[in-house]
Amino acid sequence: MSDNKEKTDGLVSLVIDGQPVQAKEDWTVLETARHNHIHIPTLCYHEAVQANGGCRLCVVEAKEGNWSKIVVSCLYPVKEGLQISTSTAKVNNVRRWILEMLLAECPASKEIRTLAEAYGVNSTRFKIDRPTEQCLLCGLCVRVCEEVVGVRAISFGSRGVNKQVATPYMVPNNACVACGSCVTVCPTGAMQARLNMVRGNVSERTGHGHAH
Amino acid sequence: MKKKATEIDAILDRYPGEPRYLISLLQDVQAEYNYIAPENMTLICDHVGVPLTQAWSVATFYKSFSLEPRGEHEIRVCCGTACHLKGSERLAQSLERDLGVERGHTTEDLRFSLDTVNCLGACALAPMVMIDDDYIGGATQRGIRKYLKKI
Amino acid sequence: MDRVNKAEDLRELRNRLIAAQDTSRPVVRVCLGPGCLAQGADKVAGAFKKAIKDRGLQADVKPLIKETGCHGFCKLGPLVNLDPSGLFYAQVKPEDVEEIVEQTLVKGQVVDRLLYTENGNQYQTASEIPFYAMQQKIATRNLGLIDPILLEDAIINGAYLAAAKALSYMKPEDVVKELELSGLRGRGGAGFPTGRKWRSAVDAAKKSPGMVYIVCNGDEGDPGAFMDRAIMEGDPHGVLEGMLIEAYAVGANQGFLYVRTEYPIAVKNLKRALDQARDLGMLGQNILGTGFDFDVQINRGAGAFVCGESTALFSSIEGKAGEPRAKYIRSVERGLWGRPTVLNNVETLSNVPVIIDEGGDWYAHIGPANSPGTKAFSLVGKVKNVGLVEVPMGVPLSRIVEDIGGGVPGKDHFKAVQTGGPSGGCIPYSLKDVAVDFDSLIKIGSMMGSGGMIVMDDTDCVVDVARYFLHFLEEESCGKCLPCRLGLKGMVEFLDRFSRGEGSEEELDELVSLGEAIKDGALCALGGSAPNPVLTTIRYFRDEYLAHIVDKKCPAGVCKSLITYSIDTDKCTGCGLCVRNCPQSCITGETKTPHTINGEACVRCGMCLESCKFGAINVA
Repeated sequence: MSDNKEKTDGLVSLVIDGQPVQAKEDWTVLETARHNHIHIPTLCYHEAVQANGGCRLCVVEAKEGNWSKIVVSCLYPVKEGLQISTSTAKVNNVRRWILEMLLAECPASKEIRTLAEAYGVNSTRFKIDRPTEQCLLCGLCVRVCEEVVGVRAISFGSRGVNKQVATPYMVPNNACVACGSCVTVCPTGAMQARLNMVRGNVSERTGHGHAH
Repeated sequence: MKKKATEIDAILDRYPGEPRYLISLLQDVQAEYNYIAPENMTLICDHVGVPLTQAWSVATFYKSFSLEPRGEHEIRVCCGTACHLKGSERLAQSLERDLGVERGHTTEDLRFSLDTVNCLGACALAPMVMIDDDYIGGATQRGIRKYLKKI
Repeated sequence: MDRVNKAEDLRELRNRLIAAQDTSRPVVRVCLGPGCLAQGADKVAGAFKKAIKDRGLQADVKPLIKETGCHGFCKLGPLVNLDPSGLFYAQVKPEDVEEIVEQTLVKGQVVDRLLYTENGNQYQTASEIPFYAMQQKIATRNLGLIDPILLEDAIINGAYLAAAKALSYMKPEDVVKELELSGLRGRGGAGFPTGRKWRSAVDAAKKSPGMVYIVCNGDEGDPGAFMDRAIMEGDPHGVLEGMLIEAYAVGANQGFLYVRTEYPIAVKNLKRALDQARDLGMLGQNILGTGFDFDVQINRGAGAFVCGESTALFSSIEGKAGEPRAKYIRSVERGLWGRPTVLNNVETLSNVPVIIDEGGDWYAHIGPANSPGTKAFSLVGKVKNVGLVEVPMGVPLSRIVEDIGGGVPGKDHFKAVQTGGPSGGCIPYSLKDVAVDFDSLIKIGSMMGSGGMIVMDDTDCVVDVARYFLHFLEEESCGKCLPCRLGLKGMVEFLDRFSRGEGSEEELDELVSLGEAIKDGALCALGGSAPNPVLTTIRYFRDEYLAHIVDKKCPAGVCKSLITYSIDTDKCTGCGLCVRNCPQSCITGETKTPHTINGEACVRCGMCLESCKFGAINVA
């Protein structure tokens, strides 16, 4: 690898969908694709916060020599000679099932419905437990609150199918500065819908000492 | 009340005030009080220096923590693979019927908490039920019923 | 006990302890392993102590009662071994103790009725019994021999000699080389070569000088697996010694031992062993005067299967929820607190002292070249000799299940053997001669996993078993990534339908497609391997799935929606026991005349089946 570094002066060369591209050493495959206007769908990715690879929608097939694997492009680091395909049979199988799962998890989100339709997924075979749900647990709200705002007013609670975004004990958290960043990054209407739980009724909150 | 306060202080004193001791402290408090009361959760957060969101997230993630008081007696039905093959699901369902609570919950009179556990590592005696510290190997619905009547 | 300040001190200490032993003194080894304990072995040990005290035997015969770890043959528990005679008594109850003391310890006679009999042969000693004779013990070498609370006992059996050899006479590089030479592969499930892992950590530390951590994974989560529990409880110093050698090899000064919280005895024994090792000078600063410092902290798991996944385990040690992260940067480079971290499981580490002692080359010649060494298994389910076994890698499956395990009680042969825990697969009887090693099991769609081996017979339904594992993993999913959180739930929904006799053959193919998507798309190994039990059962038992979906029948008689309970009028005596026990009050009949079950109200709870003394309940 070290000779490559010398040769390309901090840049690595790889191929995405047959197109030779160059990337900075510390870029991910997704960053490289975006830089080159190659579209890869995402939901839990946002430039403002660290990627966490949760929604898996950005999967691509990575090939190196005779080794190939499905990876998430938002986290996969670029490497000299890497070959990336953004739309293979395997990739599409993963993506279509994920979209179908999403239709069952957040059936009330029109953003999700539009996205699914774009990939030809119009209905779901999975059981819909909460018809009004819009949250896909991408965690952008949690990450932006911690990494950008720096207050950690919300977090994930529980795990697995019971996982949720909430404040401790699901009561308004005085740590919340009502900045609205969580609503801004939310890819659906989910965060707007739970604002009252997070910050309470703002008019009742005067005197709590959060007058930023 | 005062006695309780010194006890929680004594638990806190077991560990340095660093975030990595959050889980150990939650475990000790769970063991001492059978659950993690909100005021104790706050004290733990202050001690190890993490926001309440982190402690709440941890306490609801791991199965061994409870945010509500647990029953006087813990009934744990082993649902490991060997026990499953030997009918542990039927045992769990019969206990749910008899106690009138779902697994993971506590009876209203706080007498019993009913749980299923993944494997107690005593597969030779499947199906296995643990009531408090007693192992009941080769458990039957009737045997468990009799046992519960005695305690 | 004296503190050892150099390697020679340890050897001298051992020699002194051996010389001080009274070899004529009888030893009673009572197994307090998980199986025996659950069968009341602690009461047996107590009865021995009391009987010996009551008889004043302290003065003349002076037997030493050792409460040891798992002897392995759990089915026959509680087990008692006597030295030096080698006598092996099975299914010993507290009320048998008086007789053992009187007949065997005092008079030197054998209590025949407590000996083990198989196929007409009566065995006096454990080593003659086929169950033991076909095993080779390395990782579990000290289980059942030593009393885990006695440091002296461990030292007499050679504890810390390998560590002393490594620290005092080998360079860290030599230790890594020895492990590479041994070919040892991680016993936690993935089978990654241990030596290579250590080498990577050494390289990572060179690039980024600073702290290196080692973690021993004792969060044995696979249901039906108890090898690591047995090792931690029965030979805690063996685990610590493995960690010490590893720490020296990779240059770590701090180790973490992550133990499953459901194993309180393991936690207790390891904590005691830690204190003993510190007092002895085998942990702490300047170990054996070599200038090397190392100590261990015990972390208790908090009830999350996903913490068997390295990055989730690190999160947990750091005090956070156990969510895995993508491992595109390996944890040997960036693990605990972002530092190089080496994770090995309990069984892997307990092999290490023996490898250092005997040499990597010796170890490499046990078993097949690509999977050397031995492997411990917990052999459970529908098998006669339930227990803990350790055999060379590469032996045929039938050797373990039929020759050692004694086959399925009352049946010609097993239907399937499930290996690899929830991530593994079901091996059908037709593949009974498959070699049990990492690569051979992967080839047939299963995997080694941590060593749970669950035997199933024709009364076990593969659809139900697949559903069981999927449901297990659905509950244990951390929920971070979509394919695992929602995909496993979706797979359970498919299997629920099949077990009710709903669905179609196309849906079976859809389930396979969903399984492949989850394997490809999930973030960590929990989700990535979760579809395995479903995919292997569809591959080998497609007919049984079709029986559910097409014929609306569960051939094994397990799936509730597809079975009915009825009463065999020839066998029913009308005793009324089932009537009294039926929670649905759906059994009727006059006393002393055959009863009937009202199928509509029956919830198939099995109470009647359990309570009937005449075998009159039919399930079909």
